[in-house]
Amino acid sequence: MRCRKCKGKAVLDIPRHHTAFCKACLTEFVCAQVERAVAEERMFTTADRVLVAVSGGKDSLSLLNILRKLGYQADAFYVDLGIGEYSRQSKEKVERYTGARGIPLYVHELKEDEGAGINDLADLVRRPTCSVCGTLKRYHFNRAAVMKGYNVLATGHNLDDEAARLLGNVLHWQEQYLEKQGPTLPDSVEGFAKKVKPLYRLAEREIAAYAIVNGIDYIVEECPNAQGAKMLLYKDILNRLESESPGTKQAFYWGFLARQKTDAQTRPSMAEHDRAVLHPCATCGQPTTGEICSYCKLMARAQKNGPAPVGS
Amino acid sequence: MKILLNHPVREVEVKGPRRVREVLKELNLLPESVLVVRGDDLVTEDELLKDEDRIEIRPVISGG
Repeated sequence: MRCRKCKGKAVLDIPRHHTAFCKACLTEFVCAQVERAVAEERMFTTADRVLVAVSGGKDSLSLLNILRKLGYQADAFYVDLGIGEYSRQSKEKVERYTGARGIPLYVHELKEDEGAGINDLADLVRRPTCSVCGTLKRYHFNRAAVMKGYNVLATGHNLDDEAARLLGNVLHWQEQYLEKQGPTLPDSVEGFAKKVKPLYRLAEREIAAYAIVNGIDYIVEECPNAQGAKMLLYKDILNRLESESPGTKQAFYWGFLARQKTDAQTRPSMAEHDRAVLHPCATCGQPTTGEICSYCKLMARAQKNGPAPVGS
Repeated sequence: MKILLNHPVREVEVKGPRRVREVLKELNLLPESVLVVRGDDLVTEDELLKDEDRIEIRPVISGG
């Protein structure tokens, strides 16, 4: 197979775009898609300080790589969830990548600061691990960005992540989550960093290929807690559709975003809505709709249910 | 050829020469869910894999 652009040897075919690229043209394509996402969704400019939440996986390390290649001020933040060998390996990937390139890296250790790893915390509060993980990461991502003087928090969510999440939300008619499913969430109130997903135009396979051809050493191992996760099932279903009908994932998610933009013209903006319902958490001061934010509620419940065992 | 698979890590043997797309079909893998790596290079679906090749089939789907 030849590269559609330069006729060199192709390394990746992209059926949804009826194309194939060699190493150099794939890198150019991926960077151009990110640049377009950043510009079209008004995510940030070179004047902004961007904190990239990194996990050691292909998406977040590639995002950090691409943003710095494009000239943005992007540094890294890692949450060590304390999931045994998986966390040890993923942290090592992050430290090695940032260390070799002199990229500032901030690390939050769950075992040190919350007193237990994610699995023990989930047991203590009797909630699914992935749900507790989501609450903790959202809290620490935002807090780290605000506390360390970054006005934008970027995550490595890609087209597959967003299409799968949209499918899950639609299947269960979780309309309250749909509004927040855009690639940019505003820094609507004091204490909120802007949240962006610059990889939303790229499929997981394209990003993994970018990581491999650019020599990014990422953790291939899947989080042990993700086994049997609904997200994996939704992704598999979408990929079966994509194989039969290339372009399905982007038509689904991008179509949703187009409708969201049309609807936004007749509704109050997300920032206006946030300002009406959010106020500082009575415990930690981070913005929340209730009196106490979900992170503080979770930690209070963990403390009530017994001393968090260290060494999970 | 020897093929390294992930999730979980294991090795399988497939008789060559075969096109990448035929190998994926035989292993019941969706092309959209994986990348095929020979040595340090990615290979496309039409590539012919030989008996002496060492191949890694790397999943690209993550649950996070």
